[in-house]
Amino acid sequence: MSKKKPDFEYERTGAYKFFKWLSGEEDPYVGKVEMKPQRVKKTSKETIQDRMAEKRMRRDKVYEVEDNRIVKGFNKLYYLVAIIFLVVLFITLVDTVSFLPPVGQADKAVNNEVPARYIENGLQETGSVNIVTGMILDYRAFDTLGESNVLFVATITVLILLQASKGKRGAVDYSMYFEPLDDAILRASATILVPVIAIFGIYVVLNGHLSPGGGFSGGAIIGSALILYQNAYGFKKAKKLFNEKTYKTISAVALATYCCCKMYSFFTGANHLESHIPLGVAGHILSSGLILILNICVGMVVSCTMYAFYVMFRKGDF
Amino acid sequence: MTLFQIILMAFLILCAVSVSFSKNLLNSLLIYMSFSLIMSILWICLESPDLAITEAAVGAGVTSILFFTTLRKIKAIDVEEDTEDDDVETLE
Repeated sequence: MSKKKPDFEYERTGAYKFFKWLSGEEDPYVGKVEMKPQRVKKTSKETIQDRMAEKRMRRDKVYEVEDNRIVKGFNKLYYLVAIIFLVVLFITLVDTVSFLPPVGQADKAVNNEVPARYIENGLQETGSVNIVTGMILDYRAFDTLGESNVLFVATITVLILLQASKGKRGAVDYSMYFEPLDDAILRASATILVPVIAIFGIYVVLNGHLSPGGGFSGGAIIGSALILYQNAYGFKKAKKLFNEKTYKTISAVALATYCCCKMYSFFTGANHLESHIPLGVAGHILSSGLILILNICVGMVVSCTMYAFYVMFRKGDF
Repeated sequence: MTLFQIILMAFLILCAVSVSFSKNLLNSLLIYMSFSLIMSILWICLESPDLAITEAAVGAGVTSILFFTTLRKIKAIDVEEDTEDDDVETLE
């Protein structure tokens, strides 16, 4: 609690004098400090000319780029060194490639017992007609789990980074600015294309063990269908279909399902093959054990991630 | 290697060189997309259709859409209003 000072005591303080000087009523230096009129400094014409010459010289030698010999020489040298470097790099790379064995050679270093095992026993052990999917989702399923997790973590990181500026004061809401125009052609073509693309993506995911494709490529196709839908119909309609909660739920559930499906490999010493899941008839949709479920999980994670990346780059949040 | 593959390879090299020489970012993006598409056809020729599907979906589709969005957001691509201004300046 502060006491109010009496007026005579306040007039003695520095603050009172300062505010009085500030308002122009009293100059504290008048009568106390000896004041002399300022002497006018005269510069001779020679010094002025010297300075002008120095300035001109500096402009000519330092800032002049077009007719400067040093800059020109350096530019030429730069081009020369760049071309020499590129030529050397080109020759090195071509030389290295020429030592690679040709495609399909029998005694290549890659052709050892591992691909032989995959090709010979892949169909019996995994039950998938597409050997690539059998390799990815059965022999090396643990790697694919890591890849899906990397995608999930990357999206979460982007979410954190791009949402950080959302709550700050002064942040402008750009969501209306990025709303697509009401384009009749785009909307009409999207009405035809989106279901076709989405069904093709689902087909690629479900037939991952029978035909080329699989979880990742099918998921990317479904994600591009979602992006096209969002572009044609705007954020308001897309939000009803897909929002942040949907993304988190689908990704978490898919990754958890993947982990549960492949959990038995921890108990069998990382040996995926000795499971008691029936493999079914090779060539049917419902065959090859867990590969179908794993494909669906990976496809869900990838499609959600593609769409989430796009929306967050576009708008900053869902 | 068939003649078709040789033509595709030549086009691939042409695309790779012209990306670095084009001054318009939009043009480089379109060239990049065509690069991915040619690459996916080449994957089919090399008998790996799995990679071809992934390349077409990710390389030509999603990645270039992300590039477009980013360039638009940092205003590196001309928006419609800007192009009109440019026309006025060139007329003067």
